[in-house]
Amino acid sequence: MTGAAAPRLQARLMLGLMLAPPLLWLFALIVLPHVDLAVLSFRERLGPGEYGRSLEQYRTFFGEPLYWHVFVRTAVMSAIATLLTLLMAFPVAWTIAKLARGRLGALLLVVCLLPFWVSETVRTLGWMILLRESGVLPQLLYHLGLTAAPVELLYHDATILVGLVYTSLLFMVVPLVNSFESLDNSLIEAAYDLGASGFAILREIVIPHAKPGITAGCIVVFMLTLGNYLTPNLLGGKNSQWFTEQIYTQFITRFNWEQGAAFGFLLLALSTAMVWLGLKLSGQRFGDVMRRA
Amino acid sequence: MIPSLPSPRWLKATTLLYLGGFLLFLFLPLVTVGVFAFNDAEYPAPPWHGFTLDWFLGNEASGRVGLFRDEELLGSLWTSFVVACWVTVLSVAIGTLNAFLMERGRFRGREALSLLMLVPLVVPGVILGISILAFASRIAELVNDLAGLELEFLRPGLPLVVLGQFSYIAAIATVTISARLKRFDRTLEEAALNLGASRAAVLRTITLPYLRPAMIGSAAIAFLMSFENFNTTLMLVGSDAPLTIMMYGRMREGATPVLNAVSLFLMVASALLALTLMRRGERRDA
Amino acid sequence: MSAAAPAAADLEVRAVVKRFADHTAVDSLTFSVTRGSFFSILGPSGCGKTTLLRMIAGFIQPDDGDIVIGGRSMAGVGPNRRPVNMVFQQLALFPMMSVGENVAFGLARRGVPRAERLRRAEAMLERVGLGGAGGKRVDEMSGGQRQRVAIARSLVLEPTLLLLDEPLGALDLKLREHMKIELKQLQAAFGTTFVYITHDQSEALVLSDHVAVMNRGRFEQLGTPQELYYAPATAFVAGFVGANNRIPGRVTAAEGAIAEVVTAGGWTVRARMSAPLAAGAAAEAFVRPEVASLGRSPGELPPGQPAHVGLVESLLFDGANSAVLLRERATRFEFRIALPQTGRYADLKVGEPVHFSFDPERAVCYAAPAA
Repeated sequence: MTGAAAPRLQARLMLGLMLAPPLLWLFALIVLPHVDLAVLSFRERLGPGEYGRSLEQYRTFFGEPLYWHVFVRTAVMSAIATLLTLLMAFPVAWTIAKLARGRLGALLLVVCLLPFWVSETVRTLGWMILLRESGVLPQLLYHLGLTAAPVELLYHDATILVGLVYTSLLFMVVPLVNSFESLDNSLIEAAYDLGASGFAILREIVIPHAKPGITAGCIVVFMLTLGNYLTPNLLGGKNSQWFTEQIYTQFITRFNWEQGAAFGFLLLALSTAMVWLGLKLSGQRFGDVMRRA
Repeated sequence: MIPSLPSPRWLKATTLLYLGGFLLFLFLPLVTVGVFAFNDAEYPAPPWHGFTLDWFLGNEASGRVGLFRDEELLGSLWTSFVVACWVTVLSVAIGTLNAFLMERGRFRGREALSLLMLVPLVVPGVILGISILAFASRIAELVNDLAGLELEFLRPGLPLVVLGQFSYIAAIATVTISARLKRFDRTLEEAALNLGASRAAVLRTITLPYLRPAMIGSAAIAFLMSFENFNTTLMLVGSDAPLTIMMYGRMREGATPVLNAVSLFLMVASALLALTLMRRGERRDA
Repeated sequence: MSAAAPAAADLEVRAVVKRFADHTAVDSLTFSVTRGSFFSILGPSGCGKTTLLRMIAGFIQPDDGDIVIGGRSMAGVGPNRRPVNMVFQQLALFPMMSVGENVAFGLARRGVPRAERLRRAEAMLERVGLGGAGGKRVDEMSGGQRQRVAIARSLVLEPTLLLLDEPLGALDLKLREHMKIELKQLQAAFGTTFVYITHDQSEALVLSDHVAVMNRGRFEQLGTPQELYYAPATAFVAGFVGANNRIPGRVTAAEGAIAEVVTAGGWTVRARMSAPLAAGAAAEAFVRPEVASLGRSPGELPPGQPAHVGLVESLLFDGANSAVLLRERATRFEFRIALPQTGRYADLKVGEPVHFSFDPERAVCYAAPAA
């Protein structure tokens, strides 16, 4: 050996080579495009091929009630869908993690995850066949004499919520099951032994323990719901008024990229704010939560 | 609550009832889709007109174009398959590399980088799509202005679809593979080195075989996620539509049961994939 | 506290049975535990002691028999309604709460007002030597301190019975020795009846007023630590409690209470029979290492005992517990003898021939357990 410099140089070269692909991925596909999107959103077309900086796109958003109504509506509906998903998934996840024993629990989990191996398009098709006026449920209700004529079950807000909850369940069940499984049964037994009721155990032991899982599930579900296009568009029809549709319209239909970029940025800001809020409220760290989900 | 604590009968009954309702909710849409693939009618709706295989096998002559004669649909299936293969290979490769960098690497900014790798998971797919679309177009314009070259792959089309899906599926693969590498007992590697194996041999014979289940698992997830992806793809797609986009277009127009047929085909394929993976998993446990 | 004195029983277990799919975990057990005593159930893992404890706590229902605590039958009484609290194996302290909240948890469930329960929790922490630690997080406590928090959390509810499920198992050796003493002092200070299960015979002997040795769902023997040590009732107890030389063989002759047992290799030893054995019966003789004497010449051995000759195999130095491992010269049978603390035999060499003997009255033999 002439010195330690050569191997060290080799190691640095190696590290550099290994770092290149992830850096390329993160910067070329994530960081720079988003910076570019931000720049784009602050641009205004003055004439053909002539651009200037301005807040015009954001002014349009706040000036036009339709836009921010849709924005607020999307946020509220997403929050409701997230809450409903949590309520529906909680008992199922508990059953899988704590009540079903051994293979039965594993089997139940697989059964619950199975529908999510099929694309959202197929699942939405199923709901459309079930719910539209000529579809299975309205016809069934009509033939049972529960309704005087077949009713249209598509294109309501409730329909959109059903579709969104259905699509999101997986992302809630899995983190909940994981956090319930990591809860030592002896903690529950100890609480019970010390006189706690079922409700007290839920409030004092289960929920505080599962908080990271609940947060992770809620963040992911909220974000996916907010960014969903297919389900509100197909199940809500003209009444869906989902913000992603506005982005699509600006970008693809009207080719107004500046306006679309501003809308995209607003959606991203909302999504990020909710993630941040969720983390703050539950006192979690971003990295821990995402790895858990 | 848990089996060792007494629970009232009504609670057990309610739990079972709820579970039944939940499973019904989960499977009703899928069963409906499957059943109406065989209905002898022009639209996937009740009443039941009798059993037919037209929506799989029918041709122009019979007036019903079945799945296996529908060139457009088969073409989009193939497009989805090709895109998914690319995304899978790229994602697993970079996911494995990232796992080693994050779990083993010692360099400044590692923590920040590992957090940055999670960011794609919280960016809505639509926004990933438009940002990549806008950025790619800008570069294409720039190259066109400066060098007079037309870089076709930076315009909406399959290469951009692959990149767009890869941008966040790579993050999923990274998380999955890192999680397994983190649990790896490094004394196994030390033992192998101690027994005279070279570093390359240790990687090949000890570490990668240990990671293989996670790599296979994330490959399956990547393939599936790519196949199912809609939001990002919608923004980046060009003239060749992958299956989800094609189906979406037809669903808006009011589709024939051929869509049910292709859906059933996908369900069967997914179920087979799931079963294969589970059998692998079980053999490993045994 | 003597076993003979009639005293109120806090726990009575009557013919309790618990079967699982393939085996009987607890096989018709009947015993009672005197008020204020420290009662241990000692047995190897899988002997059914955890099942028994969980039945007393109410987490498992017995298939048959009855459990009576403080004079009341516990049939149909849920675990949260029993006057019993449990210290779990991994302690099961609630990580989401502070130490003080852990101790006050049970009081809160009983509806004790906040100020009152905090005061009582603090007073209890004081009594277990953790005064002022109420605001700390559970993971800030050391292993021994957690132990005390777990006990305080239960004792603050003033249970009739405190059940302890191998709580020292997770501690390292040094701390375990320390906690043994502390646990005994705590029990003496509070006067609560403790039922303790363990697989560690030293814990059971040091801590308990009474010990039950459990094997395959049954009690092999129930008695004071001294009785178990000096008068083991069965071969299992002799082998499980304390160190022992186990010498399997066949009875060749019996005179009075003393039997002559010959090993397969042909070594003859003499031992007291715990029950009459016929000549030819398969038997196991047990000789404690401290019962045997050692000498460099036959003259150094106590007179009147049958003398044997062995070769030193190895010296096992362990301070006051030092011993020498011999092999009987003719048959190579391994035999362990405790070294006197005078250090007289510290210079023994491996391979050196030595003489040894033991009093047949202080060696015991039993019929060999059926395989």
